[in-house]
Amino acid sequence: MKETLLLTKHMREFPENSHKIEIYENNNGYDALKKVLKEGNPENVINEIKDSNIRGRGGAGFPTGVKWGFLAEDEDRYLVINGDESEPGTFKDRILLERDPHQLIEGIIITCFASNIKKAFIYIRGEYAKPARRVQDAVEQAYEKGYLGKNILGTNFSLDVVVHLGAGAYICGEETALLNSLEGKRGEPRLKPPYFPAVMGLYNKPTLVNNVETISSVPWIINNSGKEYSKLGVEGSTGTRIFSLSGHINNPGNFEIEMGKSFGEFIDTFGNGIKNDKSVKAYIPGGASAPWFTGDQLDIKMTIDDVANAGSMLGSGAVVVMDEDTNLVYAAKSIVSFFAHESCGQCTPCREGTTWLEMILERIASGRGRLSDVSLLIDICDNISPGLSWPPKMTTICPLGPSAVSPITSLLDNFSDEIMNMLPTKIPIAQ
Amino acid sequence: MSWEKELIEKANEIIDLYPEKRSALAPLLYLAQERDGYISDESIVEISNLVGITEVQVKSVASFYSMYKEEQTGKYLLSVCKSISCEINDSRSVIDSVKEFTGLENYETDVDKVFTFEEVECIGACGGAPAVQINYETVEGLTPQKSIELCEWLKEEKPEVVVAEELQNMFGGVKSFDWAINDNTGSSYSVPGFQNIGTAKEKRI
Repeated sequence: MKETLLLTKHMREFPENSHKIEIYENNNGYDALKKVLKEGNPENVINEIKDSNIRGRGGAGFPTGVKWGFLAEDEDRYLVINGDESEPGTFKDRILLERDPHQLIEGIIITCFASNIKKAFIYIRGEYAKPARRVQDAVEQAYEKGYLGKNILGTNFSLDVVVHLGAGAYICGEETALLNSLEGKRGEPRLKPPYFPAVMGLYNKPTLVNNVETISSVPWIINNSGKEYSKLGVEGSTGTRIFSLSGHINNPGNFEIEMGKSFGEFIDTFGNGIKNDKSVKAYIPGGASAPWFTGDQLDIKMTIDDVANAGSMLGSGAVVVMDEDTNLVYAAKSIVSFFAHESCGQCTPCREGTTWLEMILERIASGRGRLSDVSLLIDICDNISPGLSWPPKMTTICPLGPSAVSPITSLLDNFSDEIMNMLPTKIPIAQ
Repeated sequence: MSWEKELIEKANEIIDLYPEKRSALAPLLYLAQERDGYISDESIVEISNLVGITEVQVKSVASFYSMYKEEQTGKYLLSVCKSISCEINDSRSVIDSVKEFTGLENYETDVDKVFTFEEVECIGACGGAPAVQINYETVEGLTPQKSIELCEWLKEEKPEVVVAEELQNMFGGVKSFDWAINDNTGSSYSVPGFQNIGTAKEKRI
């Protein structure tokens, strides 16, 4: 099993300066843009993306070409790059922003040309100070060299790009919350319908919202054709994907591979096994929102559909491995606390529910649990996500609430002993 | 005290980047925090005038996001991550060490205004867990001992600008990925060192 380097190729070849425009240009950088502008046919670009069968890399896995096809006609249309990467376990967009910003910018220009967009925003989470500086520098260089601004490379096509910094809110990774945030409002998700971004997005205008990794793939697809891209990976999960591997791992990091290999092989090959030769108790296949798999399920294939069929999601591509000694009640508490902290507060089941779940897990973890706590946990979870099924049903506007349910159902389904062992064995009689 | 003329000019330049004024709210709030170390009432008035919304609207946005501070922070904002990858790699020991060294609880600032301590959610440094940020500059692969040395160093040296590379080389360990070198930019105070103004102004559409 080897890596297939499309998006992380430059940064491996030039570990010290892959973010500089000279390096990018000297290695076929901006060639795809020149090709597209020379041909002058936006339709062709959209067709290449459709042929590639690439699916969005932010978490939902929606086909990118189809998304582009939905964009409504209007004089003002926008592209917004979602670089609000905050899903615990995920650090793949960080490497793309920090180490190869020009690849993203070239992807942005091509995308805007294809969809007749004249203004694009790159929304980067506030904590990514350094990646944001790198992208900002790269945008300035691109203006200097005539890749951005008026009449790009002497054509009629013009485009402005603004780098916008978030301010510490996970919820802004949800696309409609991100748009509210970019409009200078609280980052609260909007109702869909009517606020589908492709129709009523930024300033109520048609807007494309795409992930950093998705748009960074565009130059490669244009240079090599959508057909070539679709040959990589497996049907339904074409191309490569950057997986972030962390947890009890000897060699954590970002690894770009074709989808379709098993998690076990991935962890052994690139992670170089588990720290101190321990065994895997459980692992998270796609970021903190995803239900966990057990150490007996390491043969599941890393594709969007295989993971979904097994009852979880490939999500943001963050694999977090927990070894045999991990206290899973603490692990679940950490994840639930995260969602309680990041709930925007709009919907009652999420705002109140996540906080209650956190408090109950806190008291169990500190040895003050009650026997009735398990049924109480289930009851609260059921109010957020009726039936506790997967994919989750929702009583909320966005999926943040149900995400806090995932670690609890994972714990109760497969590791109920762990939580029962932390509860008292006798019922005190009320006096 | 109302904003200086230069600051207002800077603010107007930022506003010009956006199709609608209100979008500049986020960067203007960072300007305010860079000036005072927190979002002061004076700044809220200034921003509401500049952007054309009410003061309450400015405040409701400022209070939503955790990076805007309602009280003055110390010179160094110590943000220790406690999310899942850090949690299972014993971030709690790092948190305890930093708390013990600084004598601070969550969200507290010392009287000399040197340190503000906060426990934060995922900072995207999961491969280098446990990780911290000092003024939003990331240091990965810490140990409890190294985190104390890091605080000691900050207290002794009092650098104006905090540079991630520098701190990582002195106190860090395992990283999420190889960082490119030759980068000496950094952040000061409790704002990420980032400016989106001055971008090829004459070259914009």
